[in-house]
Amino acid sequence: MRPSEVPFEAPLTDLRRRIEELESYPEGSGRSKEIARLKEKLERDTVEVYGNLTRWERTLVARHSDRPHTLDYVEHLMSDWIEIHGDRAYADDPAIVAGIASFMGRPVAIVGHEKGRGTKERIERNFGQARPEGYRKALRLLKLAERFKMPVLCLVDTPGAYPGLGAEQRGQAEAIARNLLEMATLRTPIVVTITGEGGSGGALGIAMGDRVFMLEYSVYSVISPEGCAAILWKDQDKKEVAADALRLTAPDIFELGVVDAVIPEPAGGAHANRSETIQNVGGTIAAALAEVEALPIDKLLDQRYRRFRKLGFLIEG
Amino acid sequence: MAWFRKSKRPRSAASDRPRSTVPEGLWVRCDGCREIIYSKELDRNLQICPKCGFHFRIDSRARIRLLVDEDEPRELYRGLLPADPLKFRDRKSYRDRAKDYARQSGEEEAVIVVEGHIGGVPAIVASMEYRFMGGSMGSVVGEKITRAAEEAAKRRCGLVVVSASGGARMQEGVVSLMQMAKISAALARLRERGAPYLSVLTDPTTGGVTASFGMLGDLNIAEPGALIGFAGPRVIQQTIRESLPEGFQTSEFLLEHGFLDMVVERSELKGTLATCLRHLRHRS
Repeated sequence: MRPSEVPFEAPLTDLRRRIEELESYPEGSGRSKEIARLKEKLERDTVEVYGNLTRWERTLVARHSDRPHTLDYVEHLMSDWIEIHGDRAYADDPAIVAGIASFMGRPVAIVGHEKGRGTKERIERNFGQARPEGYRKALRLLKLAERFKMPVLCLVDTPGAYPGLGAEQRGQAEAIARNLLEMATLRTPIVVTITGEGGSGGALGIAMGDRVFMLEYSVYSVISPEGCAAILWKDQDKKEVAADALRLTAPDIFELGVVDAVIPEPAGGAHANRSETIQNVGGTIAAALAEVEALPIDKLLDQRYRRFRKLGFLIEG
Repeated sequence: MAWFRKSKRPRSAASDRPRSTVPEGLWVRCDGCREIIYSKELDRNLQICPKCGFHFRIDSRARIRLLVDEDEPRELYRGLLPADPLKFRDRKSYRDRAKDYARQSGEEEAVIVVEGHIGGVPAIVASMEYRFMGGSMGSVVGEKITRAAEEAAKRRCGLVVVSASGGARMQEGVVSLMQMAKISAALARLRERGAPYLSVLTDPTTGGVTASFGMLGDLNIAEPGALIGFAGPRVIQQTIRESLPEGFQTSEFLLEHGFLDMVVERSELKGTLATCLRHLRHRS
């Protein structure tokens, strides 16, 4: 873990180090009593620190490189994973993974951003910033799921769609737009979970569904706090203020009615306990699937339409 | 003693007067060829430079006058005003900003919708107003275009949306992102009803507008030389750290790469739209 990623964890890291140190000492002279005391303090302080994070600090948690990624969810919640590759037009985009696996005894389609682990893989996966090919690969999977009557699980974790030369040339905007159009009427249930960063259109391109959930410390925004600060405050350093203004945390987004529920994370965030996080997500998805699969498809599509139709705040003068 | 005395007081700064899309005065410098043009000539020529064909931006009402047969087509969904779900405040509050733009542009919001005919074919036409907060898409734009699509679906008539927008409106945060989803869903339904949707992209159209209804036309049509893209040129430049090729993200560039059906000059636009709408009229 890189403590610098989340500077507010410094006192907690300190405690952990002291516990480790004590544990390496020989038994006796009240050692275990001290360890117990420190562990209790660590637990208390973790709850304290995580209970008082600012929106910017929560953004850093959402970006933490040790958070579970799409392939972690696949590995721990599913079996018989078959990954598909390529958009059949230009390339395969490793920033989005897509495939079919068994979940609770039957096949489901899974598509998600994958940021990768370690420098080499993270570069290969472009830090989860997808290119048009990624969205088109996702669409291939969606259509496959529709034909074979599989529900779709989307896992969203991206800083945004990649703003590059080639991405523009090959129609980044068109790729995202088409997914929105197709997901609106896809004749199979879709359950979306924002697991880390929900970065604007790049997130939304695989985030339209019958249910949309957010992990407790994930964020969802139209623009990054840094980008917003640069444009509106003309100063990137105003990112803390911008994060507050954007209201991008899971509780904020839930309050706005944009997501259906917030999935709790363990004390200290998903990176502190990946397996508990993964189980929480798995449980929520399983319950949601049971709900949406119980509905006739036309009714479900009607609900999906109304779900997005009602999102907006305006004054009728 | 001064040689000349001021007989008139100097005009106040331009900022508190409504700005027209064409600079005031008799002469205008063309952004395309840098030539000086007589502004009356520009008016007569639909705001197209007579020397190089450069298309100046026109406002949403001028666009409606250009495209719709009726002199005064009925405007739909008036009186929808932006709320402020985030209580957003940067150096200025969103509420004040919206009011300022309303005063400057003379429009309530960043899109107007009318019902009328284009070359005799009935259509619902939405026209975006770039002068209102850069044509940014918040809840009101989302609601009006969605209603326009729903109305066109109900009547099984054509929908034309003329885009001019910097994308989703930051001041409404994730709510403006959701407008992309909402409008796209309404367009999917319009499609299922068998009614045509023509997307007209004008300078500039970027971000969430391009990445939703901008690119979703049954036919995508752009004016010449318009900036059209997903990411803004500056963001791309910062990412790749090299200069962008000549003509990158122009209408012609998108046509070449397969994302537009045609690039049509302003003078031909109405006729072209009418022909497309006639070709794609719903047949049961």
